[in-house]
Amino acid sequence: MKSDHQITDMHLDVLKEIGNIGAAHAATSLSQLLGRKIDMLVPKVSLVSFDEMFDLAGGAERIVAGIYLRIQGDLSGSMFFVLPIDSANEFIRRLIGDDTFDFHAVPIPDMGISAMQELGNILSGSYLSALSDFTGLKVHPTVPSLSVDMVGAIVSFGLIEVSHYSDEVIVIDTRIEEEGDNGNSSVDGHFFLLPDPESYIPIFRSLGVL
Amino acid sequence: MSGTKTVVRVGIADLNIVHGPDSIRTSGLGSCVGVVLYDEMKKIAGLLHVMLPDSSLGRSDSLNAAKFADTGIYSLMEMLKAEGVRPLSLKAKIAGGSQMFQFGSSDTIRIGPRNVEAVKKELARLSIPIIAEDTGGSSGRTIEFDPMTSVLSIRTVNLGTKEI
Repeated sequence: MKSDHQITDMHLDVLKEIGNIGAAHAATSLSQLLGRKIDMLVPKVSLVSFDEMFDLAGGAERIVAGIYLRIQGDLSGSMFFVLPIDSANEFIRRLIGDDTFDFHAVPIPDMGISAMQELGNILSGSYLSALSDFTGLKVHPTVPSLSVDMVGAIVSFGLIEVSHYSDEVIVIDTRIEEEGDNGNSSVDGHFFLLPDPESYIPIFRSLGVL
Repeated sequence: MSGTKTVVRVGIADLNIVHGPDSIRTSGLGSCVGVVLYDEMKKIAGLLHVMLPDSSLGRSDSLNAAKFADTGIYSLMEMLKAEGVRPLSLKAKIAGGSQMFQFGSSDTIRIGPRNVEAVKKELARLSIPIIAEDTGGSSGRTIEFDPMTSVLSIRTVNLGTKEI
């Protein structure tokens, strides 16, 4: 199979469209879960180098709570839900009703890990069901796995598949924003979808752009 | 040479060399392995950020040598040779190769340990001795090498900083 076919702006625009549909569903789920208005939007879909991918998430050395899961089925890829520690703490404290919870704790309390994984489940589930409805492709996520560590260490794991083929990756970056009490957005979270290169063709074909 | 010390940064699937007193650094190693080759006498060091074990895994037409253990270590050695370093005087320190997550596709789950094995194999083939290593585990690492002292400092999120 030829994997290095030309990816044009049109392809990236179509991915942005399905990204936004997925994000809208995921934001609704997240808002209901937290009882707060959460917005998610796809600012852009781009073909970036691995180092640029880390920069999107705040830089290789930034410490984050990262949820990783694989997508399987008619298409495969990796998904990351990356939150700065402070935002992750805030989400989880609200979710489990425990103001003392802290991801800086060693070891991290099981309750928080479970809650974070559940957050990953809900987000990826709603995102992928929207993607599945739109493309007609059957996709399902694996169980999410959590790591609190440096962006580079976490995200590079999802780049391994892609790195066999290329030094660039298509990133569907979804920004997560929360409307704070004074109207300002206070969360700087990201939700990344990285399709494996062998899935580019099935995705584009299902969307009628190949 | 100016008196100011600079830190040369190496990205993922990238390599570079440095002359003391400057130092060289790479951030956020997870399953990737950082390989330092250095000449203690000449105070020259090279750093490689390996992503995959073997260049035969590459499925694209263009080869980024620095991405793979075998081609990357060889390229780094050639770069150092071009600076007048004799291969026989080279030593190595390595760090990285963690298992960040407990699942993934079957090939990628053990990518960290496989990278470490491949790095060791290539260093053995080139007869470059490994003086120190900090590999495996489940933590990310940021590493910085100082060619003046031949010390590799390794920072992790939960385990603090150590020097090897």
